[in-house]
Parts: sequence; C-alpha cells; structure tokens
Amino acid sequence: MSLLANFDISGTAISAQTLRLNTVASNLANVETLAASEADAYRSRQVVFQALLNDAARPGEVGVRTLGVIESAKAVQRRYDPGHAFADADGFVYASNVNPVEEMANMLSASRAYQNNVEVLNTSRDLLLRVLSLGT
Amino acid sequence: MQPRVTIMPISFERAFSLHDDALLLRGRRAAILASNIANADTPGYKARDIDFGATLAAAAQQARGPLRLAGTHREHIAAPQRGGAIDLKYRFPLHPSLDGNSVDAHVEQAQFAENALLMQTSFTFLNGKISGLVKALKGE
Repeated sequence: MSLLANFDISGTAISAQTLRLNTVASNLANVETLAASEADAYRSRQVVFQALLNDAARPGEVGVRTLGVIESAKAVQRRYDPGHAFADADGFVYASNVNPVEEMANMLSASRAYQNNVEVLNTSRDLLLRVLSLGT
Repeated sequence: MQPRVTIMPISFERAFSLHDDALLLRGRRAAILASNIANADTPGYKARDIDFGATLAAAAQQARGPLRLAGTHREHIAAPQRGGAIDLKYRFPLHPSLDGNSVDAHVEQAQFAENALLMQTSFTFLNGKISGLVKALKGE
C-alpha cells in the first residue's frame, strides 16, 4: 500500500526540518558570541536539502535528506571594544555574522514545513485505519 | 430427481467496479503529493503529479483485457504491458523561484486534502459494495 510510503517520505522531511530548526537555534544562540580573531568568529550555519529517491520503481515518491551544513560566507562584524578580554592588538573583537531577522523567518518556515508533514502523516494514518476497517 | 442448483457467480472485480483500482491510484497519488510537501524547501526540486482521470482510464482499459503481443516462439521476449506504469507529469509552477523549486505548498496541501477526501469517498462506496455482497452471501 502506497500510503505506507508516506510515513517514510514525511519522516525524512520531519527529520530534515528538525535539523534546520536546530541550526536556527544554534545561530540565534550565538548571535552575540564574540571571538578574538576573524577566523574564530561564529558564522551562521545553514542546512542544504536534497531530494532523495526512496525506490527507483516508484519514481514520484521522493523523500528529502540533508546534504550538509554550510557556513555563511558573509563578513563577520568587527567591533571596537578595547576593554574586552578578547580584544586584539588594535582593540577589536569579532562578532558573529548571524542576522536574527533572517533566522526568525527561517524558523517560521521550518516549523510550518514541519507542521505540514505532520498533517500529511496524520491524514495518511486516518486513511490507512479506514482501509483496515473496510467491510465491517 | 436431482434438486436444481443455480450457480450465481459473484465477480468481485465487477462488484467493486474500479473502486479498488481508484483506491490504489489514490494511494500512489497521496505518496507523490507527500513527496512534494516533503521537498517544499529542497533547491531544484520540481513538483510532480499524475493525471488521475487518464491513469484510471488506462487501468479500466487494462481491466477489460489488454492488447498483448503474440509470442510464436518460447524465446520471444515478453513485451511490457502498457497501462501498468504511472505517467508522472511535472506541475506548472504558478510563480518562479530563485532556487528552482516549483513546489507551491498551498497547492500541494489543497491537492492532498482533495485526494484524501476522494479516497474516503471510494472507501464509502467499497464499504457499501462489500456489505451488499455479505448480505447476498448470508442470504438474510
């Protein structure tokens, strides 16, 4: 029964969106993380999704997987704060390149996608239960 | 004198009149729409769907008796039958997106809900047919 495939497909999507929510949480947690050098500064992490063919015999049924987590290439913020413990020789500390507004939008998108997939699972479960009760 | 016995064959295929095929197809379509929803954020993913009416018509055609190639030698390779495979099509996107993804989550949600509702309809019809058959078998 193809409806059982929905559990695999939506399951992969739910775990992918969970990872996306996790990276958003790390990014938001590290907005104010300071570092002593530009190389050590926290860079915003983003998840990259890829379509995943579950079964070659069923071409339309494609799950999703996370290809990896990339770090944003945007320039990190340089702040002048000579009194800070991490300040370098010129008195600069390096803050993250996380954009909180972007991350909030990302979080909403991820949680909506998560909800959608849970809804698909619920509907599939209801339909399968009706199959089981067929003829009674 | 022997008692007269009338044989009344019950054909499940005729009784279910395509609702079983429709149910299988609805199941496949649910999985395809679930894939679209799962890949709503995947770059480069193209939303797909099947033409339900055309595929069901092909299934009906096959139920009536498919056209087969006659094999005149046992070494002949069996030709695949048409109608078994599902003709997947790409959905025409309502608006372009930068990452090449053509999934519109709301369209997919609406289609999924419609598919689920029609599946419930098929269940209801099948339930009616089955309880009718049971009644006939019990002879109440």
